[in-house]
Amino acid sequence: MHIDSIKNGVVIDHIKAGKSMEVYNYLELDKLDCTVAIIKNVSSKKMGRKDIIKIDSEMEVDLDVLGYIDSEITVNIIKNEILCEKKKLTLPSQIKDVVKCKNPRCITTTEQELPHIFKLTDAETQTYRCIYCEAKAK
Amino acid sequence: MRSLIDILSLSTEEIDELIAVAEDIIARPEAYREKCRYKKLATLFFEPSTRTRLSFEAAMYELGGSVLGFSEANSSSAAKGESVADTARTVSCYADIIAMRHPKEGAPLVASMAASVPIINAGDGGHNHPTQTLTDLLTIKREKGRLNNMTVGFCGDLKFGRTVHSLIEALSRYTGIKVVLISPEELKLPGYLKKDILDAKEIEYTETTDLSAVMPKLDILYMTRVQRERFFNEEDYLRLKDSYILTPEKLENAKSDLAILHPLPRVNEIHTSVDADPRACYFRQVLNGKFIRMALILKLLEVE
Repeated sequence: MHIDSIKNGVVIDHIKAGKSMEVYNYLELDKLDCTVAIIKNVSSKKMGRKDIIKIDSEMEVDLDVLGYIDSEITVNIIKNEILCEKKKLTLPSQIKDVVKCKNPRCITTTEQELPHIFKLTDAETQTYRCIYCEAKAK
Repeated sequence: MRSLIDILSLSTEEIDELIAVAEDIIARPEAYREKCRYKKLATLFFEPSTRTRLSFEAAMYELGGSVLGFSEANSSSAAKGESVADTARTVSCYADIIAMRHPKEGAPLVASMAASVPIINAGDGGHNHPTQTLTDLLTIKREKGRLNNMTVGFCGDLKFGRTVHSLIEALSRYTGIKVVLISPEELKLPGYLKKDILDAKEIEYTETTDLSAVMPKLDILYMTRVQRERFFNEEDYLRLKDSYILTPEKLENAKSDLAILHPLPRVNEIHTSVDADPRACYFRQVLNGKFIRMALILKLLEVE
């Protein structure tokens, strides 16, 4: 299968196979006017199978969001068809308005203008908890 | 400017310091009568809680300060749809310190982010109630003379009982604490608390459904109410509410210096005939609640 190479843009690589649509939705790529290619089930030496997203436009990718979804993802910045930067992700210490608190007793359920903020409370188990009610992010 | 939202935001040194101030207030009340003169406490109670509100108000009056506020959401501008943050900002203009109770978890934290005066969390739903924990710690200290090296039994609703969760967390920072968890199967302490607190801090604990069997081991017995409002299902509440009722007969094999605590209000889980037993501390605990809140108000207002 042939996918055009990118001149200036972003390649999100090493996405767990099947997770690309989740990444697409979290990053709100549907709002972009440029070409976006979602490539699923690509063979990978490291991962067996992986997904890749190619974005044919320079854009600021929210690395915290990606780090939260999967910190193994890599982000490649392409300029003039050359890979000029490879960004490794880490688990963000805090995420804002990425996931919503689902605890019906949380203050965010009644005060909808409040930002939904989760803090990393256990890096080993990748547990994030709501700063208001301490419910786990789901 | 500092607020108290969660008991864990206080170090053990700070808790010990608050307890020491409370004990000094008890010993020399006259020395504190004018400490908060011209200071105002606002009690913002978005859900009713007579005991906690009156305790805060009595504490402020005994420090020579004054009190304003409301005792239910209907009599505040929340009924008109005002946000917690806006209420906190507004009340900051009238009061030097705010005690807030709210049915939603995290509301006092939201208030503390917006307010320009200290906020004390006076209970946010089933989440935190740090001044109850401070009250419990002061009571244990006064009854036993220490906060370490003892076996503490928690009985009743250990699943939803936030006072239990907070007290276990607070006590886990002291040495030589053993915990006995006494509850029906349906109301056991949540697994994450056992893992994150008891296992993580290597605290010895046992779980049982039989209160009488473990009674002789206990130095402290912390009774709790099975709360109707914590259940989604009325049938579950009715089935479990009478599970553990403390009677003089059940205390026959208890230690002579056992201390029985209860955050109150009780429904029927401690029979009234236990009240006359010198080991029943729960009304002394209420009084301690006022003293520790006095100490806390002084600390947060930075009054020397």
